[in-house]
Amino acid sequence: MSIVPQEETTATETKMVPIYIMGKRYEVPATLTIMKAIEYAGYKYIRGCGCRGGVCGACSTVYRKPGDYKIYTGLACQTVVEPEMYLTQMPFYPANRTTYDFGELTGTPDEINRLYPELFRCVACNACTKVCPMDVQVMDYIAALKRGDIQAAAEISFDCIQCGLCASRCMGELPQYHIAQLARRLNGAYLTPKAEHLQTMCANIDAGRYDPGLAELKGMDLETLRNTYQSREMEPASAGEDWTPQDKSHL
Amino acid sequence: MKIAYYPGCTLKTKGKSLETSALACMGQLGIEAEELERWNCCGAVYSLADDDLIHIVAPVRDLIRVKQAGHDKVITLCSMCYNTLARANELMRHDEEKRKTINDFMDEEPDYTGDVQVLHFLDFLRDEIGWDKVKEKVTKPLSGMKVAPYYGCTLLRPKEVAIDRADQPEVMHSFLETLGAEVVDFPGAIQCCGTYQVLGNPDAALKVSHDILSDATSHGAEALALTCPLCDYNMSKRQDQMLQKYEGAREVPIYYFTQLMAIAMGIPVEECHFELNRESSVQLLKSKNLVTG
Amino acid sequence: MAREISLKTIDDRFRQKIKEISGQNFQQCFQCGTCSGSCPMTEHLDLMPRQVMALIQFGQADALDVAKTPFVCASCHTCMVRCPRGLDLTKIMEAVRLVKLRRNVNEIEPSNLQPEDVTEMPQVAMVSGFRKLTS
Ligand code: FES
Repeated sequence: MSIVPQEETTATETKMVPIYIMGKRYEVPATLTIMKAIEYAGYKYIRGCGCRGGVCGACSTVYRKPGDYKIYTGLACQTVVEPEMYLTQMPFYPANRTTYDFGELTGTPDEINRLYPELFRCVACNACTKVCPMDVQVMDYIAALKRGDIQAAAEISFDCIQCGLCASRCMGELPQYHIAQLARRLNGAYLTPKAEHLQTMCANIDAGRYDPGLAELKGMDLETLRNTYQSREMEPASAGEDWTPQDKSHL
Repeated sequence: MKIAYYPGCTLKTKGKSLETSALACMGQLGIEAEELERWNCCGAVYSLADDDLIHIVAPVRDLIRVKQAGHDKVITLCSMCYNTLARANELMRHDEEKRKTINDFMDEEPDYTGDVQVLHFLDFLRDEIGWDKVKEKVTKPLSGMKVAPYYGCTLLRPKEVAIDRADQPEVMHSFLETLGAEVVDFPGAIQCCGTYQVLGNPDAALKVSHDILSDATSHGAEALALTCPLCDYNMSKRQDQMLQKYEGAREVPIYYFTQLMAIAMGIPVEECHFELNRESSVQLLKSKNLVTG
Repeated sequence: MAREISLKTIDDRFRQKIKEISGQNFQQCFQCGTCSGSCPMTEHLDLMPRQVMALIQFGQADALDVAKTPFVCASCHTCMVRCPRGLDLTKIMEAVRLVKLRRNVNEIEPSNLQPEDVTEMPQVAMVSGFRKLTS
């Protein structure tokens, strides 16, 4: 069966909906994401857009719906427009970000307290969690940090993409996402057990164990290299933990 | 007996000796303390402004967690947490208008009506366990140890949440008697240690803490028992500064009340984390043959 | 220091504000001074609690705006327990603090705390200190 490329829906059959970008009304196709709608309306992105894939956190958007007191948020590149929504993008939020020499830290709660004492101004209003486009339980990781649980904070904040919306809503003026980033760094570097096999591997590399193999590859002409690559022994998808290749000379 | 337990932030780090010793004692008494799975900082001080409800949201969330965990009572160890949670609970129970405002604001939480009971470990021991039961578990009475009970502010004031009479409290006296200690009554027992003024006016806080300690020693106390990690910071951790600054200041061993309880119950000394106390605290216990080594 | 008390210097909006925030009828204070006698902080105050009460009664907002006393108060509630008029002075002190703090003025600056102090201090000190002394 051949794959037929999907027809682009033509403008005539696309349903158009009104949206308000920074107060100005535009008619845009109902199927577009906010980001595409903004471009459709004629804006050109020079900021507030990065990966277009929902991971870089550059495109945080705040919007409201008519007759609803709630503040809604979303990533412009991921959120589909809704009729009558009125929105603005927030490409940057000026939140306190302290400088530190990471090598001098050791992973104790006091270090976070010292770098971000405003942590203790949290009042648990939960505005941060409500506004997070990634559904991170922001208030909970701040609560964890207040009691010195860096590991819990690192885990709870794992999906954070540093968009800064939490800080924009915080009545305690905390830069939650920067504090969480420090927590994840400390957790990764000092609190999670070291991967031993990685250290063995690095030592092997340093000791020159793979130099001959590498030299062999480098010495091949393109044809031999291609053939070697294509005929390489591959780990079958169903392989268990204890699988090893037939040719063990390169291990 | 199962009961919900709210630790408070400090009890997880700098004040963990209060938690570990208390939990060990509870174990001995057959009390199963279930720490809330999810909780946030209570705010440490209760908002005293009639028009400020946002600062009451934090403790109310914790009370909601108690209900969500299927409990109707919660026990606290830190007396500041006790006060904050208990006062928030009183408000939710008795002020219909504010209750509605707070519930409406927390549109992501179930409504709360103040139906949880907030207890401090001390009134829980007195009212629900009984001193006799506690006494049964005492294997190493603190005989000959002259301890001054220090209540501070938040267990006694204001009246709505006081666990005892504000002017002449007895609960900690009875507690220490039960453990076999010689209780030293002194007026400073209900005076303020300076609390958060350690940030705003550290000298003033040092002075009032010093006044309390000299009052205790002048009444013959060899040690002080307390219930709050901030009192502990002001009187124990900052004692070196007092010794330097005030003529005639004397070294006073300071304990969390639960540490003394653990010792009296013969619980392994490691549970007390005495490394967080002043050195004199362990020395005194050794001199009384309550701790070996 | 002598102060002029006249219609010119009485700030009634300030008085209203204090009443609203504290919920206390401070006009009931009859200046007995029990609060001043009970306060553990007296030697560190620039105004006795009784004087604070008098200044509020006469709407002396400017004097209270520069007063240290409300920011030395540790909310220990001793004055409240002893007040023969049943006034909750801790709430009144909080109201005076808030009138200032709500203008986005900090009494202490969290960012200026000494790193050694932050390392030493228990969380409960910082949480309570920030709540009482920052905006
Ligand atoms: S552009 Fe990267 S998350 Fe939207």
